[in-house]
Amino acid sequence: MRRLAPLLLAAVIASPAGAAETRMPPRGEESQAHLVIESTTDFVIFEPILLAFQRQNPGVTITYRELTTNEVADDVAAACEEDRFIADLVISSSIDQQLKLVNDGCALPLGAEARAGLPDWARWREELVGLTFEPAVTVYNRAYFENRRVPESRFELIDLLRESQDFVGKVGTYDIESSGVGYLFAFQDALQASTWGRLVESLGRNRARLFCCTADILDRVADGRLLIGYNVLGSYALQRIESDERFGIVLPDDYTLVLARAAFVAKAARQLELAENFIAFMLSAEGRDILSSEIRLLSPIDGPERLAALAASGSADPQTLRPIAMTPALLVGLDRAKREIFLEQWRAALPAGSVAAGEE
Amino acid sequence: MTALAADTARGQSIAFRLGVAMVLILVLVVLASVVAATRFGQAASDETFDRLLRGAALQIAERVSVTDGRVRVDLPVSAFELLSLARSDRVFYRVIGPDGHTMTGYEDLPLPPGNAGSDAIYDARYKDTAIRAVKLTRLLAERSMSGQVIIVVAQTTRERTGLAASIATNAVLIIAAAGVLLLFLALLVLRVALRPLARVERAILEREANDLSPIDVPAPEEVAVLVAAINRFMGRLESRIEAMQNFVADAAHQIRTPITALRAQAQLALEEKDPERLNRLHRRLYARSVGLGRLADQLLSHALIAHRADTAAREMIDLRRVALEAERETRAASAQAITVELPDEEVWVEGDPVSLREAVKNLLNNAAKHGGAPITILVERHDGWASIMVRDHGSGIPEALAARIGERFTSDGISPDSAGLGLSIVASVAATHGARLARRTGENGFAIGLEIPVTRP
Repeated sequence: MRRLAPLLLAAVIASPAGAAETRMPPRGEESQAHLVIESTTDFVIFEPILLAFQRQNPGVTITYRELTTNEVADDVAAACEEDRFIADLVISSSIDQQLKLVNDGCALPLGAEARAGLPDWARWREELVGLTFEPAVTVYNRAYFENRRVPESRFELIDLLRESQDFVGKVGTYDIESSGVGYLFAFQDALQASTWGRLVESLGRNRARLFCCTADILDRVADGRLLIGYNVLGSYALQRIESDERFGIVLPDDYTLVLARAAFVAKAARQLELAENFIAFMLSAEGRDILSSEIRLLSPIDGPERLAALAASGSADPQTLRPIAMTPALLVGLDRAKREIFLEQWRAALPAGSVAAGEE
Repeated sequence: MTALAADTARGQSIAFRLGVAMVLILVLVVLASVVAATRFGQAASDETFDRLLRGAALQIAERVSVTDGRVRVDLPVSAFELLSLARSDRVFYRVIGPDGHTMTGYEDLPLPPGNAGSDAIYDARYKDTAIRAVKLTRLLAERSMSGQVIIVVAQTTRERTGLAASIATNAVLIIAAAGVLLLFLALLVLRVALRPLARVERAILEREANDLSPIDVPAPEEVAVLVAAINRFMGRLESRIEAMQNFVADAAHQIRTPITALRAQAQLALEEKDPERLNRLHRRLYARSVGLGRLADQLLSHALIAHRADTAAREMIDLRRVALEAERETRAASAQAITVELPDEEVWVEGDPVSLREAVKNLLNNAAKHGGAPITILVERHDGWASIMVRDHGSGIPEALAARIGERFTSDGISPDSAGLGLSIVASVAATHGARLARRTGENGFAIGLEIPVTRP
């Protein structure tokens, strides 16, 4: 089913370096409309929902462009500035950057159908909507924790890192300077509780290793190169755990951050209605089923219930779930001066030497 | 009946007029309240949301610090959470350092036009949207650094406009509802208030056609005035009708007797063969018909006076002129010589010239008939009074007749030659002028006339 875009097409659409672009031809005889999606989510993960949407709309061609969070933000900001078309729909897990783009007037208001049922925290104005429900989880190597107690909360994790020498060089988390999601989680952690300072200190003392991407952490936790991965995007872990027995997942029971991948229709969109329909489809019962069962992204509408059902440990108490609300408060983390101050504190605890991004 | 219908069609009902007036007033009030409520709503909403802006700016200002000779600003999340209370408004901010460069935030966020002091709240446009912004200046006074840091925090105006509109809408709805309620109450009150009028109308309609007695309907003050006016009018109408009926009765009676006599004598004359007696009968017939003619004149004169008493407009007249005109008209009808004695100055009184002239002519006729020559018209002025008198050298009026002057001219025994009818006319002219019927007997003879109060010295 999956067809890679011809090189020619990829060349014509001058997309940033490293962009993977996939073109899905219509299922019907002729193409009636063309929906362009720019997203940070891997195409493989999104494919089921895109295919389901095409089944409903056989005349629709979909171009799915996959970029990093910063690329999406820069791309869309530049296009917005020049009032140029780049994509109909912009989906990113870096919701602070998404919110800033909307705040800067780069989005079009959506119809009520494309916002129906969403809780307050998962939408802003009529423009930004949350599509998924992804917890920030702690992953652990099952083999190592066979006979040991798994840290269920940040307090237990801090204690564990303090008491044991096993974790030196064996704790992994995002490099918040290069990972948008990592920065977002770290910044929210800093706001949520006083544990953040001690946790960063513990990570630094154990020479925690920093990664750009979720898959890198999961790989290493699975094969034992890492014992613990902190603040990992739960959707990836939940999906992977189905086929990989080597690691386990903890939803920290002091609090679990939850992120809703944010989407908006770009100001210069050519297919506003189609983009709205796609969002509405993702929020519909059918869309939610696909999101929850096939790709574990879940949905803001029924996320807490589904997550509770998924989490074998039973620690998915809705009381501890803290969704990151889409409000202008997210702008603070993006503020130049604030970011500088925050990164300074981060670097002070975690010297650049521990960055493991180049290890591959 | 048709006339009545036409009249009601022409004049609209009081309820309708008041209703229209009240609706107009209410519309004006509602319009005024819309304007007022809009202003008020905008002001209230601005005040509320300006507080958010100022609060956020203050929180940011608090986090401006100087470390190692460098100005730093550590944006507090709470400031933005405060701004997020305006749920759907976009937020912009800008922090400008002492060197005039934007330290962080939106570099092109506009500052207030003109340098309006250190702190300001202002409206502007940014990114094609209306924004409301607050500018706050924080003065630095550190050992290593002095100068000022400017903090600008701005928000789009959607929430505040929405709040203003909802305040205004609510206020206007309440006012409009109150207005409509008031209108209905007012119309209800109006119906109750106008009920006495309907009562008066019914009272008038239910009357017999010739019933002119006063209407006796309980009525509030305003309507009572109307009822009193109607009653006064009906009173006048009744007295006029009564006077008319009396006049007709009297005149018929007065004229029937001489005509009967005339017919009897004419019949005698038809049967008379003796030329001498026939001649005597002719002369008597002539005298009778002259008398009858004068009687008719006097009756008409009396009717004229009675009519003018109610209708003629009063004017300023010179009594000397009245005297001269009466003399001229009398002279034209009779051979009697009349002298006129007048003062040099004008004698002004207020009255009806025609009535006064008729009165003087009647006096002159009486003098010619019953008195003795020479006849004189005298006009004089005394303190506060002017008089116009007719003097002759006769014996004056018999006491029996003088006693009856001023009564209605009487039906019994007054022959066409009698002075009674003339005096009755004079008496009624005197009455309508507030004058006195004066009689004087002196060595120059007998004088009778009117003494009229003078209105101009």
